[in-house]
Formats: sequence, C-alpha cells, structure tokens
Amino acid sequence: MAIQTDKICKSFGNVQALKGVSVSFEENKIYGLLGRNGAGKSTLLNVLANRMFADSGSFTVDGEPGGENDRAQSKLFLMSEQTLHPEGMRVGKAFQWTQAFYPSFDQGYALRLAGEFQLDTHTKMSGLSTGYRSIFKLILGLSVNVPYVLLDEPVLGLDANHRELFYRRLLEKYAENPFTVVLSTHLIEEVADLIEDVVIIKAGTVIRQESRESLLSQGYTVSGGAGAVEAYIQGRQVLGVDALGGLRTAYVLGEADKTAQSAKDLEFGAMDLQKLFIQLTNS
Amino acid sequence: MFKLELDGERPIFQQIADGLEDAVLSGALGEGAQLPSITELSVQYTINPATALKGINLLVDQGVAYKKRGVGMFVAEGARAALQKKRQGEFARRYVRALAAEARRLGLGRERLLEMVAREYDRDSD
Repeated sequence: MAIQTDKICKSFGNVQALKGVSVSFEENKIYGLLGRNGAGKSTLLNVLANRMFADSGSFTVDGEPGGENDRAQSKLFLMSEQTLHPEGMRVGKAFQWTQAFYPSFDQGYALRLAGEFQLDTHTKMSGLSTGYRSIFKLILGLSVNVPYVLLDEPVLGLDANHRELFYRRLLEKYAENPFTVVLSTHLIEEVADLIEDVVIIKAGTVIRQESRESLLSQGYTVSGGAGAVEAYIQGRQVLGVDALGGLRTAYVLGEADKTAQSAKDLEFGAMDLQKLFIQLTNS
Repeated sequence: MFKLELDGERPIFQQIADGLEDAVLSGALGEGAQLPSITELSVQYTINPATALKGINLLVDQGVAYKKRGVGMFVAEGARAALQKKRQGEFARRYVRALAAEARRLGLGRERLLEMVAREYDRDSD
C-alpha cells in the first residue's frame, strides 16, 4: 500500500518543475518532503491530488492509477495554499461540505479542534487571516480520516502555540490510527523529530529518499580550530564547512575517526537534519 | 510525567531512554510503576512514535522495563540497582573525563580540582 510515482515530469513554460520524479509514500509513515523554494514540492503534491496534470510519467495509489481516478483520489487529501471553498462560505458550512466529499470526515472532531484553535465557525472564508486559513485547512486534514494526508506548508502563518498544538494533535491522531502523512515544509528543525522518512527534492529531482535515521547516520560534524579541522578533513568526503572566525565546523560523510592524529583537539557531533539539508541543497 | 530537554547532540531515542533511566534512578518512577505510553511520549515531545518505541525498547533490552500485554510498560524489579551499576561504569567516561579536560583547559591544578569536587560532594549530601 503506497502512493508511488513513476518519472513524473512537469514544466511551466520553459521551467522544468519536476524532472522525472520517482518516489514512494508508503502506508502509515510520516514523511518530510523537504526542498528549497521552487524545488518542486508543491507541484508534486498538486499532481498527486489531481490539481495539476503531469506532462509525462504516472502514479498509482495502492496499486491503482492515481490520476483522474475518483476511487484513488478519495484516499488522499491535500492541504495546500489554495483554498478550495467559496470565499463567502462560513467555516461550519465548509465542514459540512467537506463531509459530502469525504464520507469519513469527522465533523465532531473538526468542531472540537476549531474550539481548541479558537477558530470561529461563523467566519466566512474571506474573513480568515493567513494563519486561520491554514488552521481551517489543517483541521480538515486532521479530520478527513483518509489513508494519505498531504500537507503543503501546514503551519504557514501559525504562531508557536498553534504550531505546537497542531503537531501534538497530528501525533495523537497518528498514534491512535496510523495513516500516511507527507509534511512539505521549509521549517525543517520543527519537524525533524516528527518524521520517519525524508524525501529531499532539489531543482525538480529527488536527491534523497530514506529514513531520517539512516540519512543522519551517514555523517557527522567536526569542529575546532581551522588548522585542526582542515587537517582532519583531508581526504574525507566533506559536504561543507562553516567558518566562524578561526573556528571551523565541517559536515563530513562517513564514520567519525576519533583516533585520527588530528582528532585530539576536535569535537565531534551528530549531523542534524537542517544542517545536512542546507549542505545538500546549497548551490 | 518526567521532564526532559531534548538536544540535537545525541539521537532522540537515546535521550528518551536516558530520561526514563534518570527518572528510575531518582525514584520518580519506582519499581513496578507504569512508564509513559508511546503515544504520551510522542505527543509530549513531538517525536515520531517509532522513535519513542525505540527508546523504550532500549530499556526493555536492558531488563529495566517490561511489557504487560494490553496494559503497558512497567519498571522492572531491581531496575534501579541495575541502572546504578551501569551508570557507575559509565561515570568516568561520561563525566569525569570531561571534568578533568575542562579543568586542564582552565589551568586548574589537580589539587584544586580534587578540593572542588570534595566540597561539592559534601555540600550535596547535606
């Protein structure tokens, strides 16, 4: 059971947004879909949700063709920047409306969440701030009860309290009844501990797809004086080096060699996802 | 619920296990006490449930915790003593080495360091 894409290509004018993306989102896992602005994250999600058509390539949902297939599409929900409900519609009405499309939508739960986020269900779509638009759509995502929930920049405009509340409710929901979550975000630090697998997309191409743990175990950081760090990294596979005055922190692939001649005055640390991401997607 | 500040230096599952061990060592979680559930840990620290499970499993592997089917995880009999023994073994590597290294960096002599350690040790036992 999975969403599986096969060499999806999509261009806008002469910009190639997706260059043959083959990726899979397996059942009951939380994914981080990470990429810089314009890398193609939203385009990919929009193709999966049938809101855009791929120029070539295809995808399946649980083995069935996914594009223009109602049964496949009913298994997934995409929350994106787009608001699909009419601007004049009130939140409460929009919940009812959603139920018509997604029979498994839990209106009681949606209303409870609206209360927790202080979202007034009498407000019209047009009256929602950026943050509350996100909250409204997040509530839909948490209440639809479908196997694949795709969230494109879910916490856009949310304050720290609401972000935390969202992450907690998401995990609660997930722990109760697991489903696939694809979190597309640039707030990597916030979701780093939440996600199980990572998909990194760079300029329309998937450059990494693996578990967060295995990705992070491929490298480490080493810091210290410039001379010592430079001596240590000689002949090693270095992703990048940060300089701070005479101090250096290098991001190195492979196993830390604490017995190396130059290792004595160095500090070794774990690779963190955000730093690794920056090093992998720079340039 | 035990309090835990997660940092980015060590794997999260390791920190979860260490935090629970600390709670057992301090007596906050007594022998026979129920451990927080995977869901509680996951929601409290906003971490993936698989990570929380991995942390708990470290305790199970050491015999510090055991599972009662359909009920949850509990602190095993003798867990505290076993953890004390393990931590004593790690103590030199984990704390004393760093302490000595920092003292050397600061130019504190051996005598002075021992004196400071003795004073702290006595003060905490008051």
